[in-house]
Amino acid sequence: MTDTKVNLGGLEMPTPVAAASGTFGYGFEYLGAVDYSKLGAVTAKGIRTEPWPGNAMPRHCEVPGGLVNAIGLQGTGVDHFLEYTVPWYRQQVAGVPLVANIWGASVEGYAEVAAKMGDSVDAIEMNVSCPNVKAGGHTFGQDPAVLGEVVAAVRKATRLPLLVKLAPNVPSIVPYVKACEDAGADALSLINTIPAMVIDIERRVPVLANVTGGLSGRGIHPAAVKLVYDAHRATKLPILAMGGVYGAKDAIEFLLAGATAVAVGTATFTNPGVIAEVYDGIVTYCERQGFASVRDLVGALKEG
Amino acid sequence: MTDEKSTVVSHEEIGSGYRRLVVEAPALAEAVTPGQFVHVRVPALEASALRRPFSVFDAEGGRITILYKEVGRGTAALGQVRPGDALNVMGPLGRGFPEKCDGAALLVGGGYGVAPLYFLAKRLVASGAAAGPVKLFAGGRTKADLLAIDRFEALGGVEVRLATNDGSAGVKGLVTDPLDDELISLRNAGSRFEIFACGPDPMLRAVAMRATGTGAKGWISMDRHMICGVGVCYACIQKTVRGNSRCCVEGPVFAAEDLVWD
Repeated sequence: MTDTKVNLGGLEMPTPVAAASGTFGYGFEYLGAVDYSKLGAVTAKGIRTEPWPGNAMPRHCEVPGGLVNAIGLQGTGVDHFLEYTVPWYRQQVAGVPLVANIWGASVEGYAEVAAKMGDSVDAIEMNVSCPNVKAGGHTFGQDPAVLGEVVAAVRKATRLPLLVKLAPNVPSIVPYVKACEDAGADALSLINTIPAMVIDIERRVPVLANVTGGLSGRGIHPAAVKLVYDAHRATKLPILAMGGVYGAKDAIEFLLAGATAVAVGTATFTNPGVIAEVYDGIVTYCERQGFASVRDLVGALKEG
Repeated sequence: MTDEKSTVVSHEEIGSGYRRLVVEAPALAEAVTPGQFVHVRVPALEASALRRPFSVFDAEGGRITILYKEVGRGTAALGQVRPGDALNVMGPLGRGFPEKCDGAALLVGGGYGVAPLYFLAKRLVASGAAAGPVKLFAGGRTKADLLAIDRFEALGGVEVRLATNDGSAGVKGLVTDPLDDELISLRNAGSRFEIFACGPDPMLRAVAMRATGTGAKGWISMDRHMICGVGVCYACIQKTVRGNSRCCVEGPVFAAEDLVWD
């Protein structure tokens, strides 16, 4: 039996396969179509201080190899999340850790949401890299000094394991990794969507109401692997890797590149069974390669 | 809700780009109600392609039937499935039509929008849960866009009124023309009624206005491009009095009075 437990910066995950924020709602919507016994954690949809309506329609466009979206973080506020969503999740989904994904329009906003979470959830993932909202997006994720400031503020506000979800569109990930490390983050989430745009050439207009969006799905996977690799070489912080995981091979690439766990996102929309397939494939791989624990895969890349 | 590994039983062209697909899906067929939809993984598309949502035309004997038109890449690819093929069908999803009606049930369909209305008519006729007659108002550009009219007629007791833009069947005009005649006669008779509608947005808006304008209940099935189909992604938004609602969970059937039109 392969040992599948991993520790992601203090978050104990029964398996290394999580569900990525924004693609798994608040954790219970896929009941009936997903095998939760193979799920290591649910990262809930982004939460801020107040409810947020999101962007105008249309909000998405299917593209070869993936999806461009500009949902704009529509979601419930933290009070509703704590009062209704978390208890309902705990009742429906026993044994799968819940990670709250948080965002804000200000440093104080991030800290307030983090503080309110108390110990109701099992970890916090800060989104400082959404390409589809002005505040909560590039404001915080595109400058290592600003990033350090907001991470430090959230660190002061919570004792929960703290993950920071970084943007892929930077010249080098290293200064951002260092900023998170210095500010007291416990782990990194890599990567968010890649800024993208689709044009309707007949009408000569952007397809998305928000004009631009974020690219996710199969096509971004090699870019994500490279960023995970770069980040792992720059830090000892554990990494939750995401970006185009459609099967076990994609997940194992992430683990070998240095990720401690992976998250499945856009693939779930097409195939909710992908979470179980990734888990099963990792276990089979470990057995075949002679790894007693999935932890032994982390960063086990052979080089030159 | 399940993601059922179903088997294609039959798949037929029924003319003018419309097709009828029957799949063996016992759990789904047992659970689905009129106006709910299923989310289908299209085998001929690349493995990362999104699913496509379809409302259910009929569910009986462990099988569900989908009536659809080829409108894009997904429906074109779905056209390639053959009897015996495996098909992942997730559902039942969304909130459907009420299966009772206080008065006459006026079913208003545009094009393939008649699909969920047939399932509803069948249930209403079988259960007697409509306190008045069940009437179908079907519209389309031409006679070829009026689908499954014979099936409605075969239910027995469903009065059918047709409208086409070119006059090739029924009255020449919009489906709201015969509907308005009916609304006037119902009003003159002091009869109660509810409206159930599915079709293109302009038709739905016109029908919803008539429901709210007459003070009748209106049940409007919205058609939106979807990603997840289960309420996690927030892509299929319809504006309502409660804000940005998800067509896949709060809908696809909304109360007419709740809809906010741009």
